Amino acid sequence: MNVNLIEIMSLPFMQRALLGALITGLVAPSLGIYLVQRRMSLIGDGIGHIALTGVGVGLLTGTSPVLTAIIVSALGAVAVELIRERGRTSGDIALAILFYGGIAGGVFLVGLAPGKGSANLTSYLFGSLLTTSATDLITIAILGACVLAVTVGLRPWLFAICQDEEYAKVSGLPVRTLNLLLAVMTAVTVTVAMRSVGLLLVSALMVVPVAAAQLVSRGFGGTMTLAMLGGVISAGAGILMSAGYDTAPGATIVLAAIALFILVAAVGAVLRRRRRADTGPAAVCEPPECVLDS
Amino acid sequence: MNSPVLEIKHGAVAYDRPVLRDVNLTVRSGEVVAVLGANGSGKSTMIRAGLGLVPLADGQVELFGVPLRRFRDWRRIGYVPQRLGAGGGVPATVGEVVSSGRLARRGFPGLLRSGDRQAVAKALAAVDLTDRAHDPVASLSGGQQQRTLIARALAGEPDLLVLDEPTAGVDAKSQEAFAQALRDFVRHGGTVLLVAHELGPLQPVITRAVVVHDGVIAHDGAVPHPAGHHAEPGHEHVHPHAPQDPPSIWGRE
Repeated sequence: MNVNLIEIMSLPFMQRALLGALITGLVAPSLGIYLVQRRMSLIGDGIGHIALTGVGVGLLTGTSPVLTAIIVSALGAVAVELIRERGRTSGDIALAILFYGGIAGGVFLVGLAPGKGSANLTSYLFGSLLTTSATDLITIAILGACVLAVTVGLRPWLFAICQDEEYAKVSGLPVRTLNLLLAVMTAVTVTVAMRSVGLLLVSALMVVPVAAAQLVSRGFGGTMTLAMLGGVISAGAGILMSAGYDTAPGATIVLAAIALFILVAAVGAVLRRRRRADTGPAAVCEPPECVLDS
Repeated sequence: MNSPVLEIKHGAVAYDRPVLRDVNLTVRSGEVVAVLGANGSGKSTMIRAGLGLVPLADGQVELFGVPLRRFRDWRRIGYVPQRLGAGGGVPATVGEVVSSGRLARRGFPGLLRSGDRQAVAKALAAVDLTDRAHDPVASLSGGQQQRTLIARALAGEPDLLVLDEPTAGVDAKSQEAFAQALRDFVRHGGTVLLVAHELGPLQPVITRAVVVHDGVIAHDGAVPHPAGHHAEPGHEHVHPHAPQDPPSIWGRE
């Protein structure tokens, strides 16, 4: 397999696939951390559903599916943010309708498009890294850089609004603008990842590396760095494995991310047990804050 | 007389039913005002309305003499909520949380300057948490988390500190540290508006008490003395439900 792997990785299309995957692995967790912090881990999945309608619009009208996917999913993400802002319980149903409407609309529109079969649909749902062209790669790199500029460059502000939105309001931060910016960046990330892992697995690359990182880190900045590192490692390992075993790159990347999560969880548990054993019995409890008098 | 810092005029708030009716409150520069009242009396709602976090059904709010709608000078206000907000499982260090208190001063998007770092360090020292700056907030006790939130507000070097039940469920050591931080803040010319269920070690700092009862202000003046068996020496003001309080989002302490 080893000789084979070197041979395969020397092919230009494999190198483009690897580069595209690495960019996605770097970018997706940097955005995903804010979604996890807000307990909205699954929202990326929903935006991915909506993006499919965008793909359908692109294929039907003969424009670039990436462009239409960004526009439609950005509109969807803004709608999701407005629903969240209201904080109504009925918002849950509204989200469900939006998401399933998005995926159904996509499948419907792709069906209408002339000469675009189900094979095409599959490439958007599960990714099509191996067909990444040089132009695609440039698009991915530019969009990824936009997302990183926001997620890393505006970290203190985005951290503040996701951590305590009311406090951010009283601090006079442009909370609404930042929320909408985050929503649009979620849509852009989804579109970037559409190529590598596909719309149905987008959310995994946003969330799983963050989940792994927060097992071992102490702060927000540290979690973000580790999650981005984990994303890159998963993407790289996933591509190499998919080349070696001839499996779908997108799914392999996601499985690599999950394997990394399990590995970190296991190592973390062992380390914690050892540390506890070193410090001896549990620390003395603080005195009770109050005592009930009978 | 000192200039008004926070003013609610004929304020009314209603969700499904009226919560506040025709409330008038003026906090002047240099005052330390405690808003007292039973659970559900509307005391928290009143100060949240004063900050624009709850919309008024009627009446007006002015902050530093400017109507709330046109108020932009938020750096002058330091807000301390009841609990740490919903940070869904992503760890954050004490230092990171306190640093977000500087954002109002940094502007958007502004760089972190050495003055910002100094203010954060000073705020951490004021609540006696300097040695915990690199620890995750989730590892702190409830009282220490509350002190983190106070440090976050102090880091912005505000003129007015608004605190929502800062001492609820806080251990004695933290209450003392908090009272000391508040005394320092007032000594340097700060104004304080706080909601409290009971005053404890804060009592000597308070200059005026406002009692909210059933959506209206029932008392505005001197700090009322506890009545009945609450006033007996050695009485420990404890609620039977206290130990079963739901865990905070950071888990049980």
